[in-house]
Amino acid sequence: MNFFSELGKYLLLMKEVFTKPDKARVFFRQIFIEFQNLGIDSLGIVIIISVFVGAVVAIQTAYNIDSPLIPLSMVGFTTRQSIILEFSPTMISLVLAGKVGSRIASEIGTMRVTEQIDALEIMGINPANYLIQPKVVAAVIINPVLIIFSMAFALFGGWLACVITGMVTSTDYITGLQGWFDGYTVFYALIKTSVFAFIITSVAGYQGYQTRGGALEVGTASTKAVVHSCILIIIFNLILTQLLLV
Amino acid sequence: MIEAKKINKSFGEHQVLKDVSVAFKQGKTNLIIGQSGSGKTVLMKCLVGLYGIDSGEILYNGRDFSRMSFRQKKAIRQEIGMLFQGGALFDYMTVEENIMFPLVMFGDMTLQKRKDRVNFCLQRVNLENANKLMPSELSGGMIKRVAIARAISLNPSYLFCDEPNSGLDPQTANLIDNLISEITKEFQITTVINTHDMNSVVEIGDNIAFIYKGELWWEGNKNTILKTENPEINEFVFASELTRKLK
Repeated sequence: MNFFSELGKYLLLMKEVFTKPDKARVFFRQIFIEFQNLGIDSLGIVIIISVFVGAVVAIQTAYNIDSPLIPLSMVGFTTRQSIILEFSPTMISLVLAGKVGSRIASEIGTMRVTEQIDALEIMGINPANYLIQPKVVAAVIINPVLIIFSMAFALFGGWLACVITGMVTSTDYITGLQGWFDGYTVFYALIKTSVFAFIITSVAGYQGYQTRGGALEVGTASTKAVVHSCILIIIFNLILTQLLLV
Repeated sequence: MIEAKKINKSFGEHQVLKDVSVAFKQGKTNLIIGQSGSGKTVLMKCLVGLYGIDSGEILYNGRDFSRMSFRQKKAIRQEIGMLFQGGALFDYMTVEENIMFPLVMFGDMTLQKRKDRVNFCLQRVNLENANKLMPSELSGGMIKRVAIARAISLNPSYLFCDEPNSGLDPQTANLIDNLISEITKEFQITTVINTHDMNSVVEIGDNIAFIYKGELWWEGNKNTILKTENPEINEFVFASELTRKLK
């Protein structure tokens, strides 16, 4: 019953969030601020994780190919497919659920317990729309960009690992990267990313908005935002994969 | 003028407000007083629409706020300014941006006119040159004054203050009280103040409503409150040894 009650509250909040913004100019300014807060500020961690995981995927693939019948270019191919199909869209989204989700929930939760949201409401502003909608829109746009960076840096990390360890030559790796490429896989990854971005920001916004009490409850909201987002990302990963790839 | 007529409000089984009827006059500082838990904060939140009421009417100059559509309420809310207990300044904005915020959202002024209005409001609360400070750099009294400046930036017809001098030293509390009183008279605002500070009651209480266990128990002003024979009022007003001795 609790699940349905929460779902109902979430949907009612989303109804408030997706209304016409009070002032278009302010809304677009907020979106650009959120591009910075949610996207550009996350670029560093995305790049670091991507380079290292790309390197690990390449090394593990090379380690597992011990048959002389399989060409070493398969390392590049397998790394590319793993990165584009799963690592970048899903794993990076899980990382962003932690970084961005907790930030949004604690920011909005603190605004709630310090009566800043009440102040917005008294002024005649729709607080859900003003606070949550720019974050959702910004994340849905900027997260796919982050994922493209992630893909590029992960593939670079794989190349770096192959070259440094000498397990695969640069030529073999690049040949593998270029072989049997289907642009639809990138489209699939970006669609997934946008859905995950919506989940992260809307769930975190909901948790923050529902906060009542004080510092302890803000912490709880932040934790719930991350946990619920991660679970939903995993579930929707399966659903979207079934819908888009099979 | 704001009128509350037979307001009832419950949370679950617990009835917090029972048939409260009270009028708040224009150009006066109207005080809602009462012990902690008596229902005065709930009454104020019902008046501004943060809580819905179970029954009754809330009239803003005859306009029934409780039965208005979202759009109509939004229009009324642009006539309302509110000073929250903790100030509720947006902590990611400077003082200037905080005061300018309602002007940006609802006004169609040029940037220069908005800046002029911000400077006027800051001057009115004696905080010239605080424009670029962040809320984290302000003292408790300054936060309250900036919050008052923000509340009056749109020339409100109604001003609500929730415990405006809580957490302040007596001198600053007095300054805030006098500031609210001056602004009320200067701009002919209907001001409603929620307080349990006896200094405020004696200093600025043009009209006083005493809420006791969710009911309107007594109405009067700063002159009559000290002379009333009502036992609950006397218990509240003369709660300390000092006030009893003074009486």
